[in-house]
Amino acid sequence: MAKQINVALIGNPNTGKTSVFNVLTGLNQKVGNYPGITVEKKQGVCKLPRGVKAHVIDLPGTYSLNASSLDENVVIELLLNKNDKDFPDVAIVVTEIENLKRNLLLFTQIKDLGIPTILAINMADRMKRKAISLDIELLEEKLETKIALISSRKNIGFDTLKDLITNYNQLSTKPCVNASSIAPEYFDRLRKVFPNQDLYKLWLVITQDVNFGKLERNEMQGVASFQTESKSNLKRLQQKETIARYQFINGALKETLTIDTANAKDLRSRLDRILIHKVWGYVIFFGLLLLMFQAIFDWSSYPMNFIDTTFASLSEWVKNTMPSGDFTNLIAEGIIPGLGGIVIFIPQIAFLFLFISMLEESGYMSRVVFLMDRIMRRFGLSGKSVVPLVSGTACAIPAIMATRNIENWKERLITILVTPFTTCSARLPVYLIIIALVIPEGRVLGIFSLQGLTLMFLYLLGFGAAIFSAYLLDKILKIRSKTFFVVEMPNYKLPMPKNVIITVIEKTKSFVFGAGKIILAISIILWVLASYGPGDFNRASEIVTQETAATNLSKEEIETKIASYKLEHSYIGIIGKGIEPAVRPLGYDWKIGIAIVSSFAAREVFVGTLATIYSVGSEEEETIKNRMAAEVNPILGTPLFNFASGISLLLFYAFAMQCMSTLAVVKKETNSWKWPMWQLFVMTAIAYVVALGAYQLLK
Amino acid sequence: MLTIASLKKGQRAIIKEFSIDVVPLKLLEMGCLPGNEIALVQTAPFHDPLYLNINGSHLAIRKDTASQIEIELID
Repeated sequence: MAKQINVALIGNPNTGKTSVFNVLTGLNQKVGNYPGITVEKKQGVCKLPRGVKAHVIDLPGTYSLNASSLDENVVIELLLNKNDKDFPDVAIVVTEIENLKRNLLLFTQIKDLGIPTILAINMADRMKRKAISLDIELLEEKLETKIALISSRKNIGFDTLKDLITNYNQLSTKPCVNASSIAPEYFDRLRKVFPNQDLYKLWLVITQDVNFGKLERNEMQGVASFQTESKSNLKRLQQKETIARYQFINGALKETLTIDTANAKDLRSRLDRILIHKVWGYVIFFGLLLLMFQAIFDWSSYPMNFIDTTFASLSEWVKNTMPSGDFTNLIAEGIIPGLGGIVIFIPQIAFLFLFISMLEESGYMSRVVFLMDRIMRRFGLSGKSVVPLVSGTACAIPAIMATRNIENWKERLITILVTPFTTCSARLPVYLIIIALVIPEGRVLGIFSLQGLTLMFLYLLGFGAAIFSAYLLDKILKIRSKTFFVVEMPNYKLPMPKNVIITVIEKTKSFVFGAGKIILAISIILWVLASYGPGDFNRASEIVTQETAATNLSKEEIETKIASYKLEHSYIGIIGKGIEPAVRPLGYDWKIGIAIVSSFAAREVFVGTLATIYSVGSEEEETIKNRMAAEVNPILGTPLFNFASGISLLLFYAFAMQCMSTLAVVKKETNSWKWPMWQLFVMTAIAYVVALGAYQLLK
Repeated sequence: MLTIASLKKGQRAIIKEFSIDVVPLKLLEMGCLPGNEIALVQTAPFHDPLYLNINGSHLAIRKDTASQIEIELID
C-alpha cells in the first residue's frame, strides 16, 4: 500500500477553509479534541488519483503564525514539530480571491518554514462579478509555488488541487522572505549562538510560548537569553517582519492581480447600511432572536414530546416483556429514562446550531458582535457573548458550547460562568406549577395577568443575575488576558447547506457523546438511590398493607401508597430527611428537599418527583397542583405552599445550579472541575441566601 | 492629534506612526501599517467600535485602540 500523504489545511478565518475540507473529505471526517484542550481537531481522508490517499487535517483558522489564542497555538505547535504524527508532508494555504493580499501573509510564513506549500485560491466563482483578473502562471512564478484556483461552492478546481497534492514533492521549498534581511544585526547574533538552526523557526520560538520539538533543553536556555530582550523591541521586529512580508506580497501581486474598483459597489455596503443601522440594526437583530426562540421553544417541542413518549413506552415495553427483577428495573427505570434525558436535548441543540451556523456562514454574526460590543463590554463581556446569553434561555448546554469563538479567555470564562443564570426551558415547568399555586389569578390594570407578569419578572431576574454577576466577576477575576478586539467583517454569503448540516451533526454528536455519558451516569445513580433503601424500605408493601388493612382502599391506591412509602425510606428519602433542617428555614419540608436533590439531575424532575412523593400516580398537572395545594406544613399547620414558601422556591430555582448536564459541559469547555464546582457552590449559595431572605421576610 | 477615532464616516486617511506597544500584532498583520490607506465605513452607537477598511480589509476595532493610531487625512 502506498504511503498516506499528510495534508494540513491552513488559512485565515472566512476563506471557506472548512468548506474546502468538506469537499475534499466528504462525510469521511472525524472530529475530536487536541489532547488536554478543547480546541476541535478535524481530520478526514481524501481519495487522490491512482489509489493514493491523503490524510487531511483542518487546522483552526488563523491570521498568522503569531498565535493569540489557543486555537492558533495548535497550528504553530504542529508546524514546528517534525515528530508529530500529523506533521504535514504538504500544506495547503486556503485564501479567497477578494482578500488575497491579506491572506497571502500567512502563506509566506508557512512557506518560510520549509514545508511544501500549495496555494488554493477560493471563491473563484466571484471573480467575474467582481471584475477581478489574475495571472496565475506569473503569480506561481513570483511566489514559487503551485496554485489551484477553486470554488468550494461550485465545486470547481478540485481535480487540479488533488493533482497538486499527489505531486507535492515537486514543490519548491524556497523561503519567500529571508528572515535575516528583516533585522540583520539581530539575526546575525542569533546565528552565532545557533549555527545549525533554521533562523525563522528560532524566531518563532523566541517570540511566543510554543514547544520546539527539535531543540534540546540545554539549547533552549540560549533561547531564553534572546527572550529577555524587551517585549516592545521584539514587537518592533515583528512589525518589521510584517512590513517585509507585505512588501514581498505587493511585489508579487502588482503585475498579476487587477481589481476593477468601479464594480466595487456591492451587496456588502447595501446590506451593511440596513443590518448595522443604529436603529434598524437592533430591530432586525431582536427580530431574528424572536424567531430563534420560537424555533427552540415551539418547534422543538414536537420532536421533544415525541422523544418523551417514545422513551416512556419503551420503558413500559421493557417492563412488560422482560422477566421482572432488579436488572429489568435498572434498564426500564434507570438506563432508558437516562438515555431519554440525553436524547430529549437533541432537537433544541440542533435548532440552535442550525441558526447559529447559518448566521455565522452568512457573515451576519460579525455584525451582531459589532452592534453589541459596546453594551456588553460594560459588564466585562464581549460582543461575542450575546449569542450564548440569549441561547441560554433555551438551554445552557448548547449556549456554553457556543462561547468557543470568544478569543479573550477572561471574557469567555465569564460568559460560561454566568450563562446558567438565564432562565432555561427546564425551569419553566417548575415555575408554571408554583406560580399557579401561589400567585393569585388577578390582573394589573385589567390587562396583564399577575401570573404572566411573575413569569416575565423571573426571566428578567435571570438576565439581570447573569449581567450583574458578570460585572462582579470582571472585577474579581484576576486573569491577565490581552484585551485585543479585532473582528473581521466578512463578505455576505449565502450559507452552504452542506456546511450547515455538517456543523449541526457535529455539535449534536459532541453533546451526546461528551456530556451524555455523565448525564446517563448520574441518572443511574439517582435511580439507585431512589429504588433502594435500608431496613423498612424492603418491608414497604408489608407495612403499608398492614396499615391499610382496616380501610377499603382500592388496589391501585394501595400501590401508590407503597411507592410513596418506599421513596420515603429509600436512600434518597433519607437524604431528603437529612437535609430537612437546612431547608426548613426556607419554608420547605423533607419532600420538597427530595425534589430539590433529585432536581440536580435536571430541574424539570421537580414536578415528577413531587408526583411520586405525593403518590398522585399521575403527572397530570391539575391533580398535582390540587394535591400540593392541600399539603400542610406539619409544624405551622398552615398550607405548605403559601405565598412565602412559593416565592422562596421560585427564587431558589432561579439562582441555583441544579443541572448536572451543564456542569458536565462546563467541565468539558474549561477543562477543569474548578469552574463547574465554583458554579455549583456559589450559585447554590446565592439561591439559598435569597430564598431564605424572601421566606423570612414574607412569612 | 488626528487618530483613527477622529475619522468621520466615509473619510479616508493614511496611517502614520503609532506606538507599537498599544496596537495588537493581529491588527498589524491585517494590514494596519504605516503608509497604508484607511477609511471609516461605519460606526456603532457611541462611536464604538469602528468599522474600517484598512488596506482593502474590512475590520472592526474598539475606539480605545483606534485612538492610538495617528493618521493623515486624504482630501
